[in-house]
Amino acid sequence: MNALKKLFGGDTRQFGMIFALVALIVLFQWLTGGITLTPGNVINLFNGNSYILILAIGMVLVIIAGHIDLSVGSVAAFVGMVVAIAMRDWNIPWYLAILLGLGLGALIGAWHGWWTAYVGIPAFIVTLAGMLIFRGAQQFVGQSNSIPVPREFQYIGAGYLPEVGPNIGYNNLTLLIGLAAVAFVVYGEVRRRRTAKALGAEVPETWVVVLKLVLICAAILYATYLFATGRPGTSFPVPGLILAVMVLIYGFISSKTIVGRHVYAVGGNRHAAELSGVKSKKINFLVMMNMSIIAGLAGMIFVARSTSAGPSDGTGWELDAIAAVFIGGAAVTGGVGTVIGSIVGGLVMAVLNNGLQLLSVGADWQSMIKGLVLLVAVAIDVYNKTQGRASIIGLMMKNFNRPSGGPGTPLQPDEVTSTKETISREA
Amino acid sequence: MTIPTTQEEPVILEMRSITKEFPGVKALSNVSLRVKAGEIHAICGENGAGKSTLMKVLSGVYPYGSYEGDIVYQAEVQQFKDIRASEHAGIVIIHQELALIPELSITENIFLGNEPTKWGVIDWAEARKRSVELLARVGLREDPDTPIKEIGVGKQQLVEIAKALNKSVKLLILDEPTAALNESDSQHLLDLILGLKGKGITSIIISHKLNEIEQIADEITIIRDGKSIETLNVKRDGVDEDRIIKGMVGRTLESRFPDHVPKIGEVFFEVRNWTVGHPQIQDRLVCKNSNFFVRRGEIVGFAGLMGAGRTELARSVFGRSYGHFVSGQVYMDGKEVTLRNVHQAIEAGLGYVTEDRKSLGLNLLDDIKTTTVSASLEKISKRSVVDTNKEFAVAEQYRKSLRTKAPSVQEGVAKLSGGNQQKVVLAKWMFTEPELLILDEPTRGIDVGAKYEIYGIIQRLANEGKGVIVISSELPELLGLSDRIYTIFEGAITGVLNKEEASQESLMKLMTSARKAA
Repeated sequence: MNALKKLFGGDTRQFGMIFALVALIVLFQWLTGGITLTPGNVINLFNGNSYILILAIGMVLVIIAGHIDLSVGSVAAFVGMVVAIAMRDWNIPWYLAILLGLGLGALIGAWHGWWTAYVGIPAFIVTLAGMLIFRGAQQFVGQSNSIPVPREFQYIGAGYLPEVGPNIGYNNLTLLIGLAAVAFVVYGEVRRRRTAKALGAEVPETWVVVLKLVLICAAILYATYLFATGRPGTSFPVPGLILAVMVLIYGFISSKTIVGRHVYAVGGNRHAAELSGVKSKKINFLVMMNMSIIAGLAGMIFVARSTSAGPSDGTGWELDAIAAVFIGGAAVTGGVGTVIGSIVGGLVMAVLNNGLQLLSVGADWQSMIKGLVLLVAVAIDVYNKTQGRASIIGLMMKNFNRPSGGPGTPLQPDEVTSTKETISREA
Repeated sequence: MTIPTTQEEPVILEMRSITKEFPGVKALSNVSLRVKAGEIHAICGENGAGKSTLMKVLSGVYPYGSYEGDIVYQAEVQQFKDIRASEHAGIVIIHQELALIPELSITENIFLGNEPTKWGVIDWAEARKRSVELLARVGLREDPDTPIKEIGVGKQQLVEIAKALNKSVKLLILDEPTAALNESDSQHLLDLILGLKGKGITSIIISHKLNEIEQIADEITIIRDGKSIETLNVKRDGVDEDRIIKGMVGRTLESRFPDHVPKIGEVFFEVRNWTVGHPQIQDRLVCKNSNFFVRRGEIVGFAGLMGAGRTELARSVFGRSYGHFVSGQVYMDGKEVTLRNVHQAIEAGLGYVTEDRKSLGLNLLDDIKTTTVSASLEKISKRSVVDTNKEFAVAEQYRKSLRTKAPSVQEGVAKLSGGNQQKVVLAKWMFTEPELLILDEPTRGIDVGAKYEIYGIIQRLANEGKGVIVISSELPELLGLSDRIYTIFEGAITGVLNKEEASQESLMKLMTSARKAA
């Protein structure tokens, strides 16, 4: 026991949520008699959940900025429906249809963003209204019918990477992506470590980093193997690829760019951000607009996968996305959260869904179990924070994230004076 | 268990070798405190010395068992398990951050958690009657039905005391009661505490304002680094401010202000006819036709009572971040500039350090390095991508040059003491390389040693040829630091005095009258 403790040290918590995910996978692997980790099922899992994970990427930014978006399910459904109709009735090609969908999402997002940022209505209300408005609009334009979408369009939701190059029994492109991911992870870690050392910042011990890299790379390679060895015609799914690209882009934006910093600043303390020159209205507008664009994308992927747009598409998606973000360590009060964390949170829910379905657990039990998991995951996080330890996910994501001592730092018993004298009261 | 008492005055409270540890920190070690019945006992110490922790132990916030040592109160060893238990025994603590609910009325707040009932239903008639009596006792003339949010902080403080009196308090603990009050409200409060003493209520007061302590305290216990250093009897030992400071910092401070020979240059910043309206109330002006200027290398003070419009003036000039702009011009180096938002103000070379660090100045979720660069991200970015190496280097450089006490720049700002937080905020604004830095109450809630350092930083900025505006409620601070002082009364500038002609009296006169001076 001691040896185990020594081996993992403080990293047990650091990897807490990933461990939970792995434990869940192992549990279902055992309970289902090995069905969970078959190529077919893993591909299914990704295909069936990619749109929720994509939504979570937008949602985490909204939540970091201190808002919430309840409209994403309706917006996704509306965009999916309009795109389907556009392709059927106006015969526009699939790529124009995608652009149309993204543009429509941007318009809807601008609508939400305008009310939230410039009029000052809480996003909860604005998007609750949006949820009703766009659900209605979707049923209005679609006349509550199912509208099929053409074959080429289905590729973004149900397609796989093509076979190229010599036939070696695996899907070559999938292998290539897997190897590229491993190289990227290793290179990134080594580089980060080198610059941190050069600057004299704290760096974890070498063996910790090596162990971490080995574990991550093993996971990536195993996933690659699974995706590359599916039944003929399948490989790494296109929605998964879209998701991966989005994670890279948004992970980068949120942690490395000025806009990303500003989103955290606005969510952490809007007044302080404004007095530092951050245009908080612009940031709020952009965050809300971005969410609806992503919702539009998710809607199109879903429609493409299910080959038609239907009246009840997107029902309850907002809640799945929000749950993923909170399981992934974001704070309701804003200012805290990461893209990667939300993806892990989303995967926990996805694996749970998938495993329970494989076990033929009824929808009633599934819903209850998912609810409890959400509650327990957040409760553990809150408990750790109040105990003065850093949040599981906060610590775990330390390296993916802007390294921040922020979330969950214990307030020391000092005597920092804060005057409640705000000028509004003074006046 | 009996406790030894001196002949003349019985001891109401004795805390014996209190030790309190937090994970990794020993906040209190062997602290002893003896408070005589009916006296006003002050506790002095720098920030982080352990004063508030000691009071939290006493009031049961840290329950019996979580600390070592004994609390002997009214000749009995007490084992308070929570605040209710200590309140039941007659110990009431009033925190520096008031625990009143803004939306509720004075009466509702006084009786919150302690409502008089009749058949299980709140007896509001009785509550109101009693609150009228209590308000009379604390000298507050307000309708008891007034919502708390509509009365000023000074009056809110009185409501807190009325609430304490309602709990038949025997030992009243006040943590920084005057930190947010102006001079006259402070004086009223101190008089009230003296009055309560006359009625046999013992008080423990924690304050950074040493002149007030000197004025009202009978005894002073000094705490330094979690240890009780000494207890002074004000009358017998002839204690003055310098004596207290010596005990607090463990050495004598020769001067409370670093030596500074100003190198004052040309006028480079000027504001003319500045008029600003209240953000909510129409036709109400918070700045009335104000004119002022700043020279290079000059430290300009702004004196005024709380609510006089000092902060409003500063913030409205700083990119119109307060109120709605009515009229006025800003000139920099002789040219008129328009600063419509904070971004433009920063670009033009203005910086503004807020008076309220926690709610307006800092994102408490951030660490030191993120905070340091947060107002000048463009400087360390290329094509909108932040260079985190540069960020680290910049933060590290400021940490060293401002001597911020923190293990590393990755430390969260929430963990720092007030003085160090303020240094991080200063670093943030220094990194924007402002021509004019406006500091609003730069040393509020900061201990003596850190104050001295912050004064040094301000003077250094002035020596570099920048202009500095200091807004402060502490007149000695303004007098010690400024080369020139403007006075503000009800939104209008009522006068300007050079360092040589300014004194507490002359400033106070201008701060409290609408008389237009030269």
